Amino acid sequence: MPVRMDKPWMPLDEEALKIVASHLGVYQLANAAGEIVYIGVADARTLFGLKGELRKAIAAPPAGATQFRVEVNMAYRTRHAELLQAYQYDHGALPVANTDIDPRMLGCLRPAG
Amino acid sequence: MDFALTDEQRIIVDMVRRFVREEIVPLEDNLDPDADEVSPEKLAELVAKTKEMGLYGLDTPPEYGGPEIDLVTRCLIAIECSQHRAGLYAPCYYAFGGARQAQLFEATEAQKEKYLYPMLNGEKKVFFGLSEPSGGSDPGRAIQTRAVRDGDHWVLNGTKLWISGADRADYGLLFARTGGPGRGGVTAFIVETEWEGFNVRRVVHTLRSAKYATEIQLENLRVPHENILGEEGGGFAIANDRLSRQRVPYSAECLGVAIKAHQMATEYAKIRETFGAPLSHRQGIQWMLVENEIDIRAARLLVLDAASKADRGEPFRTESAIAKLVASENSFRVVDRSMQIHGGLGVAKDLPLERWFREMRIRRVGEGPSEVQKHVIARDLLNESLR
Repeated sequence: MPVRMDKPWMPLDEEALKIVASHLGVYQLANAAGEIVYIGVADARTLFGLKGELRKAIAAPPAGATQFRVEVNMAYRTRHAELLQAYQYDHGALPVANTDIDPRMLGCLRPAG
Repeated sequence: MDFALTDEQRIIVDMVRRFVREEIVPLEDNLDPDADEVSPEKLAELVAKTKEMGLYGLDTPPEYGGPEIDLVTRCLIAIECSQHRAGLYAPCYYAFGGARQAQLFEATEAQKEKYLYPMLNGEKKVFFGLSEPSGGSDPGRAIQTRAVRDGDHWVLNGTKLWISGADRADYGLLFARTGGPGRGGVTAFIVETEWEGFNVRRVVHTLRSAKYATEIQLENLRVPHENILGEEGGGFAIANDRLSRQRVPYSAECLGVAIKAHQMATEYAKIRETFGAPLSHRQGIQWMLVENEIDIRAARLLVLDAASKADRGEPFRTESAIAKLVASENSFRVVDRSMQIHGGLGVAKDLPLERWFREMRIRRVGEGPSEVQKHVIARDLLNESLR
């Protein structure tokens, strides 16, 4: 599994959501230019996992998000931390809509590539 | 053997049990079932309470400000502290003091000032970098990371694997080969994570979410000579030094989770009805509960036996290995049976059993797999070094 998620983007709409199940895992949201604006996690507290979280994003897209990609992952907490840290290393800051993350709770990853 | 608790031990156990029940368990209602930490503010609140109890820094020697407790009492506390969802790898969310790198107690005065005391004060986080892709059970032989002297510095190159908390640490211990093959060729270095050449490349995702492991790549990492811990070539002895001692409370933590799982299974068996009768009326279930009880009692005796031998100043390496072997294997079986008794509910994230099952599986491998413990026990029985 690569450190950075490299799956193709899909449009953030109900039609594309049909292929997403209610699994636990992580997801990324991007704007039309393909810039990641939010890295999220569907943890065990969510009602309908990834599908439920993405449905919320469709209803109120953060920071102009128009695309998404998901990764079903039972190690959702460690994977979420890893994706956030990799993004922070690449861009020097967290995605613009990740105001829900306390940076003090993150480590410092220096992934290759 | 008499393991009746002293009055003081009873008071401590009651106090810690109440702390877990009133402060920790309610916290978990609002956390993800796999959560392993609370906010720094909440942690500070909890720490204030454990300090008030006089029990902060459980693994810190009294001469460095830790509480005056023996290893038996430390184990009794560990048994209580692990009796909640995150309890196995994040007991009480580290309210009794986080991980301590005991090896730093061997540091020079200058090193203690710079690295030990900030760790003890909780100002700095530390990692322990021993295992490598080539193996972790026999580090004396497996270590391939090289350190080459260059003037007043050493230059380190290599890869470390399964290193907990390296991405969030300020500094840590790294073991590298400075000499030939074998244990005598390994040296311990104190390295700072901000130094160029120290790279945490990835999170190693496993069954557990708490205290996740990382992979570290060392690329021409320059470490001052003064940052050698102990003596050149003395790294293996430093790594090994407190291992036997640490294994005992580690075993006690397994026991705490097993006790809680067994308690849940017993209660559930009394209220869950199938085919017109409670599960507890079925012999198949009764026997599972009996096996749980025996597994727990056997492990408890062995853990406390190892601890009391250590407290009396007697050799306890064999006892420590037996305690670790039996506590992890027995507790795994107890959690497994308890899940079985709970049926579908046992494997759902609604209950902590599935998390304990995953994490307890790791306990049979971590801190020396069961087979390595048997190797240690056999070596002591035969009084020779097994190859």
